[in-house]
Amino acid sequence: MATQTREVEAKGGQSRHRSLGLSDEEALHIYEVMRLARAIDERMWLINRQGRAPFVISCQGQEGAQVGVSAALKPGYDWVVPYYRDAGVVLWFGMTARDQMLSFFARREDPSSGGRQMPGHFGARRLQILTTGSPVGAQLPHAAGLALAFKQRKEDGVTAVFFGEGASSQGDVHEAMNFAGIHKLGLLFVCENNGYAISVAQDHQVAIKDLADRAAGYGFPGVVVDGNDVLACYEVAKEAVARARRGEGATLIEAKTYRLTAHSSDDDDRRYRQAEEVARWRQKDPIQRYAKYLRESGSLTDAVEQDITERINQQVDEATEYAENAPDPSPDSLAKFVYKQDIRG
Amino acid sequence: MASRTVIEAIREAMDQEMARDPSVFLIGEDVGQRGGVFLASDGLHKKYGEYRVLDSPLAESSIVGIAIGAAVNGMRPIAEIQFADFIAPAFNQIVEEAARFCYRSGGDFNLPMVIRTPYGGGVHGALYHSQSIEATYGHIPGLKVVAPSNPADAAGLLKAAVRDPDPVLYLEHKRTYRLIRGEVPDGDGVVPIGKAEVKREGNDIGLIAYGLMLNYCLEVAEKLAAEGVSAEVLDLRTIKPMDEAAVAATAKKTGKVLVVHEDNRFAGIAAEVIAIIMENAFDSLDAPVMRLTGPDVPAMPFNHVLEEAFLPTPERILAKARELAAY
Repeated sequence: MATQTREVEAKGGQSRHRSLGLSDEEALHIYEVMRLARAIDERMWLINRQGRAPFVISCQGQEGAQVGVSAALKPGYDWVVPYYRDAGVVLWFGMTARDQMLSFFARREDPSSGGRQMPGHFGARRLQILTTGSPVGAQLPHAAGLALAFKQRKEDGVTAVFFGEGASSQGDVHEAMNFAGIHKLGLLFVCENNGYAISVAQDHQVAIKDLADRAAGYGFPGVVVDGNDVLACYEVAKEAVARARRGEGATLIEAKTYRLTAHSSDDDDRRYRQAEEVARWRQKDPIQRYAKYLRESGSLTDAVEQDITERINQQVDEATEYAENAPDPSPDSLAKFVYKQDIRG
Repeated sequence: MASRTVIEAIREAMDQEMARDPSVFLIGEDVGQRGGVFLASDGLHKKYGEYRVLDSPLAESSIVGIAIGAAVNGMRPIAEIQFADFIAPAFNQIVEEAARFCYRSGGDFNLPMVIRTPYGGGVHGALYHSQSIEATYGHIPGLKVVAPSNPADAAGLLKAAVRDPDPVLYLEHKRTYRLIRGEVPDGDGVVPIGKAEVKREGNDIGLIAYGLMLNYCLEVAEKLAAEGVSAEVLDLRTIKPMDEAAVAATAKKTGKVLVVHEDNRFAGIAAEVIAIIMENAFDSLDAPVMRLTGPDVPAMPFNHVLEEAFLPTPERILAKARELAAY
């Protein structure tokens, strides 16, 4: 059960995606979802800095890990349990730019919460995206429960749960991994290790270099992957999903990545990290890297890139305009949905 | 009708619900081969197999958290916390997660799940096997909290809880497990959540309680009758949502009310019951509403003298009821 490490761009050359079973079209779709996640996020920061919306929490820099892993799952069949940065995950699973903007502006039509939660707190039962709370790590036992239900019904559905390396310190993370190991649950534990829990760097969060090492203690494999290499993330997730579907149990995937923005719009990351470090990681931006690969492999031409850009701009513009003008929830909806079946009613 | 103890009624209700609906399952510490430390699930592991009666690791937070996930994915879990005193590690899962799932998703998600846990003292359980937790969890919007006093209600409320679309905290007073015996109706016998019941009609004073204390109040009412005092006894049965109409009705009818519970006094359930009476039946009162509760000390000590000193006993309830009747 020793931790494996996948080296960046170690193999595959110009047809890496084809050797992984992805068509050119699929490879480009992955690229487009990553770019859409980024574009929505960038628009949110602009709007926030203009004072038109109170809060942003970002996916920027982590789209490779998010979309790469998600692409190995079956939307509508598998369950995903995101955390608050996982815009790339939920877009892959069927949420739209409009859904995200409705949540950003906290409108009545926000499908995640009807304007009750902060942006980034995704959820949609019909898309099998679990509702998200703010306390980190609490979602891992939920994922174990989703996976247990699949096992109880002898179904081969897979559950993927995402969390940061900061959350990995929570007791719930241990409890969920322990349970998943005992019952060989069909689970992907996906740690998006972005190096910081708000301001606390990894070396003050854990004493080890690779979080994936912990998997050995739970009796399932741990894999370290370059989280900024979307195809590497897809590759390890594909193997983990296959293992899970075969009933062979969970995998801990540690995607090493980096948060390119501050923790949130209320954070100032200059207080705890150097501009040079951020600049260094910008050079490893997963979207730029993937674009370079796609161009070199011949899949991404200028014309295709332009089409993608136009589609994304149109979606983000439309979503922003729609959501900004959408109605707020009415004050008398405050007490709705405390219970599904309100017996006082 | 069959004569059953409270623990037998709970076991039979779980058995019947599991037989009726294959999505119902039990998860908790020692619930499997051992049949639970109080034998609440005795025989069910053998009957339904490991994945319907699942021994969990010793980790309360994940017992509840796993139940949440399973409930989302089509199952109807009954999560057993071995003692209410050990539920605190699951506080975040219950309060921040389970209780908020429906609200925080604008009604998109709901959790048909039950958390069963033995509470209460009088069994030499000391500080960590005697606690009452109903006020703490009764405060939480999104949770339903029930606390039956007898076998028929124990069975009927458990069935209602399993079938409910929302998370229900089901509190079973461990001293009633084998002490209280009664008739359990044949057939479904579901007791609706949110409905109190007058267990004894009376005109002079009203005694309002639940769980073990309800049984003590019935004893006291019998003694009071011999003294010429007609006491009504109202069993809340559901702590949240509380049956405000029933509370107000007993207050209006008797004009004198004593609320009894074993949980700590400050901000306890009695405080809420009294507020409901003040808001709905003030004009009918003939005496200040009184309460007899556990004291504001952390929990029940092990030593029998100290344990006795903590508990509202039938003798203390009788004394307080006489004081109220004479007011």
